[in-house]
Amino acid sequence: MTEKLKGIAASDGIAAAKAYMLVQPDLSFSETAVDDPEAEIKRLGKAVDEAKAELKIIKEKATANLGAEEAEVFEAHLTILSDPELIGNIEKKIKEDKVNAEKALKDVTDTFIAMFEGMTDNAYMQERAGDIRDVTKRVLSHLLGVTLPNPALINDEVVIIAHDLTPSDTAQLDRKFVKGFITDIGGRTSHSAIMSRTLEIPAIVGSGNATASIKEGQEVIVDGTAGIALVDPSASELKEYQQKATAFAKQKAEWKQLKDAKSVTADGKQFILGANIGTPKDVEGANDNGAEAVGLFRSEFLYMDSSELPSEEDQFKAYKQAVEGLSGRQVVVRTMDIGGDKELPYLPLPEEMNPFLGYRAIRISLDKQDIFRTQLRALLRASHYGQLAIMFPMIATVKEFKAAKAIYEEERAKLIAAGTPVADHIEVGMMMEIPAAAMIADKLAKYSDFFSIGTNDLIQYSMAADRGNEHVSYLYQPYNPSILRLIKNIIDASHAEGKWTGMCGEMAGDQVAVPILTGLGLDEFSMSATSILKTRSLMKKLDTTKMSELAQKAVTECETTEEVVALVKEYTK
Amino acid sequence: MEKKEFHIIAETGIHARPATLLVQAASKFNADVTLSYNGKSVNLKSIMGVMSLGVGQNADVTIAADGADEADAVAAIADTMKKEGLAE
Repeated sequence: MTEKLKGIAASDGIAAAKAYMLVQPDLSFSETAVDDPEAEIKRLGKAVDEAKAELKIIKEKATANLGAEEAEVFEAHLTILSDPELIGNIEKKIKEDKVNAEKALKDVTDTFIAMFEGMTDNAYMQERAGDIRDVTKRVLSHLLGVTLPNPALINDEVVIIAHDLTPSDTAQLDRKFVKGFITDIGGRTSHSAIMSRTLEIPAIVGSGNATASIKEGQEVIVDGTAGIALVDPSASELKEYQQKATAFAKQKAEWKQLKDAKSVTADGKQFILGANIGTPKDVEGANDNGAEAVGLFRSEFLYMDSSELPSEEDQFKAYKQAVEGLSGRQVVVRTMDIGGDKELPYLPLPEEMNPFLGYRAIRISLDKQDIFRTQLRALLRASHYGQLAIMFPMIATVKEFKAAKAIYEEERAKLIAAGTPVADHIEVGMMMEIPAAAMIADKLAKYSDFFSIGTNDLIQYSMAADRGNEHVSYLYQPYNPSILRLIKNIIDASHAEGKWTGMCGEMAGDQVAVPILTGLGLDEFSMSATSILKTRSLMKKLDTTKMSELAQKAVTECETTEEVVALVKEYTK
Repeated sequence: MEKKEFHIIAETGIHARPATLLVQAASKFNADVTLSYNGKSVNLKSIMGVMSLGVGQNADVTIAADGADEADAVAAIADTMKKEGLAE
């Protein structure tokens, strides 16, 4: 019988394929005494050789599918498995203690793991403990005769079922074969959800128990639009979903027609629809989906995908590639937003009770100015190659903005004095994500060239509700009149100074929010690239006079989120 | 026995990629190769050994090779040191 699972709709679309369980197998074992250590050493050698052979295949596949950089970790694993000290010590233990290979392997690798983890002054070495753990697991799986999931080896169409998908999991996935995925945990803004939208793969997150209720190889339908999965569907259900999938494909094709169209409302008012990107590689997706700008380029990837602080040259290349890729359309780069839930292995930050309220983003940049200045120089140099804008994250006060801007001006002057080509005019703005800043938007608008509203943080800070905490997730209310009033305040303040306001959070591509935001006069909407055409299509049906009336009512008359949603329904009928 | 001293100039010392490349260079030879730093010696064919030394910038290290192809081994390692910007 068909089993139905419900979760959070993370990425639009419908797919049906066999389930691939990305779940760790049971690697427990018991310690036994061995009479013939030589035979046991041979057994170990065989398992190590098998693990190596497997790693070589994974490395080749990963290099072909994902690039040499992503495959480097497997080369590191191979080097560890070829380490004479490591293997020698395990063999010695089998011989001297007469224990089974599993026990000897575990004891020896545990010693190394403890040693590396003990190097508390060297975050890089601490990270290597994870590599040893991975390698140990792989050898252990061969000793025990169980199979580790190797997502890099998938060569058939599948729906991935996992507890959660980490960046390193997703890096190994071949998008040719992965038709969809379902996870146990996560929300609309978790890594797995954002990734699924970037890859344009239907996905459901936060299903609760997908890994427990689905088995390897079962047929699964993923409806990423409704957030519903069907396991072992009947023939008639399959047919029904195939029709839905065809209808969705048809709709997508219709949206595609709008790729080169302007974003205009029914009454001819024009807006800018942009894409949020994470790396210069995402420029292609932005262009394919008809982005008129990049409203948010998260520069964190440069810091997070690296084992040390990225050099000015590396950053310059990445920014240059992005602005050139947009050929004259604007690219807004957000300076380093590290801290909160984003950590850097080589830049240890103090443990905090409330990381989201702590040392992060511009607060770090203003404190560790060498890192900030390196980034600003790279950005200034890249500005020569296209239309680049810069924004600072997590600005709370006028003083912070002025301090950041002053450092920018210093670096700009130095580069110009040295004869380095820099664009004549670069817009320098700020993120609006702290309620305190939103309240003095009129003051900040005098100094900031533009605002970009980061709704995910603005909502979590305004509601005092951690967006990762499911017990308070009901407070994530983008349409609550309180949030809409803050947004209105920000937009009005910028317009009064002749400036513009964009939005780069999830809300900018939300089909309920867009009519209100249009009515509030938001100038730029920046979203996942895959939401752009859908939003452009929606905008064509809206009349700004009517939407202004809707927005006015939502801000002044509504008391609850539900009232706002009902009002939007009434106005967009 | 063939020996050579190096002064490490790389900002991050011997870690990550350069360590792997040194190990790969040493592993090509039959000679026993050791890396000594701060009174401790490790097998240069062992990535874990090399990383466990925690060689940082400005460290003075000694490479020693013992075996038929010891001279070639030291030359190859010196070459890798230079190419990777570890030492001059």
